[in-house]
Amino acid sequence: MIRVVHYINQFYGGIGGEEKADVKPEIREGVVGPGMALKAALGAEAEIVATVICGDSYFNENIEEASAAILEMVKRYNPDLFIAGPAFNAGRYGVACGSVCKAVKDNLNIPVITGMFIGNPGVDMFKKDIYIIETANAATGMRQAIPAIAKLALKLAKNEDIGMPKEEGYIPRGVRKNIFKSERGSKRAVDMLVAKLKGEKFETEYPMPDFDRVAPNPPVADMKKAKIAFVTSGGIVPKGNPDRIESSSASKYGKYDLTGVNDLTAETYETAHGGYDPTYANIDADRVLPVDVMRDLEKEGVIGELHRYYYSTVGNGTSVANAKKFAETFAQELIKDGVQAVILTST
Amino acid sequence: MVKEIERAGIPVVHVCTVVPISLTVGANRIVPAIAIPHPLGNPALSKEDEKELRRSIVLRALKALETEVDGQTVFEK
Repeated sequence: MIRVVHYINQFYGGIGGEEKADVKPEIREGVVGPGMALKAALGAEAEIVATVICGDSYFNENIEEASAAILEMVKRYNPDLFIAGPAFNAGRYGVACGSVCKAVKDNLNIPVITGMFIGNPGVDMFKKDIYIIETANAATGMRQAIPAIAKLALKLAKNEDIGMPKEEGYIPRGVRKNIFKSERGSKRAVDMLVAKLKGEKFETEYPMPDFDRVAPNPPVADMKKAKIAFVTSGGIVPKGNPDRIESSSASKYGKYDLTGVNDLTAETYETAHGGYDPTYANIDADRVLPVDVMRDLEKEGVIGELHRYYYSTVGNGTSVANAKKFAETFAQELIKDGVQAVILTST
Repeated sequence: MVKEIERAGIPVVHVCTVVPISLTVGANRIVPAIAIPHPLGNPALSKEDEKELRRSIVLRALKALETEVDGQTVFEK
């Protein structure tokens, strides 16, 4: 019997939503939440002996301590296989699943597997280290995700040959493997070229890695004269959210005038973000967008001025393509307005 | 967003709680924050102490913007 330990967050563990995202890890015997479906998919060969549950915010704010504590809990159950999630497009949950899987793999030397949506930040962080089954972006994809995870998990546990990413459903890990082909490389390359010239479909045998890095700009020379702008993905908006920025998967950003605003208060500002407990930001939005402190520094002459406008969106399941488009647009405005530097705050 | 602002030619500092995500996204100047629901605050402190804490993080962000970096740099102190 293959012994399995499963990791889930506070939401799937039935503990609570964002208001409980700060709970510390705990372990329970047997299956919890999505573990039921996983148990069914794993069948008679494996048994989920325990489930670890941890709050997403607690984990991400204490990655090292939380990983170490969870590792100790997992160890006690002596598993042969470790499964986390699936996390879909939940960013903090994805980071947690990836971190815990890697810690278990590195320390206990057993196979690990998780599942995520391709845009989850946990994918880029861990795809090289672990098998991540590609899932839909929301829990509605649970029915497809669970069997795919269970199937590859059993193969890993039984030390069977693992196929290519596409056939097994996992996200490419950048592993190169020697294989035999009936035709030699030069012929295959020319065939690809001919297909490309004809406008036909072809598949490269070695996709180039996508390193999108931007070199840092030179620093601000004279802060006392500099115009600094605020940008946030924490969803801070004037009370009432006039532009109706979505609480998740934002399709737009807002541009708001800070003229005469010296302090963000519960009466004037709030957060539109649906991916963290809004209590603290709604009481005092300076906790996400520090206008009060910047006004002081402006008065004291530490900075030249705080730019008249700030830009805000909700970084909660928002696609990279959208975020890129927003910033491309408002960065041009910032340049036109003579802004010399940006402070971008994220929750 | 950090990367597109940098690409446009404006130096930018990312103040965020989950530093590994910021590193993966590709921010160059990173200042670690306090907690996910209150990156620049701590509701457990008095109002004065909390503002002092916030000021220290903003000052660190400004220092990061005044510092020459040749790659991803986390400004811990």
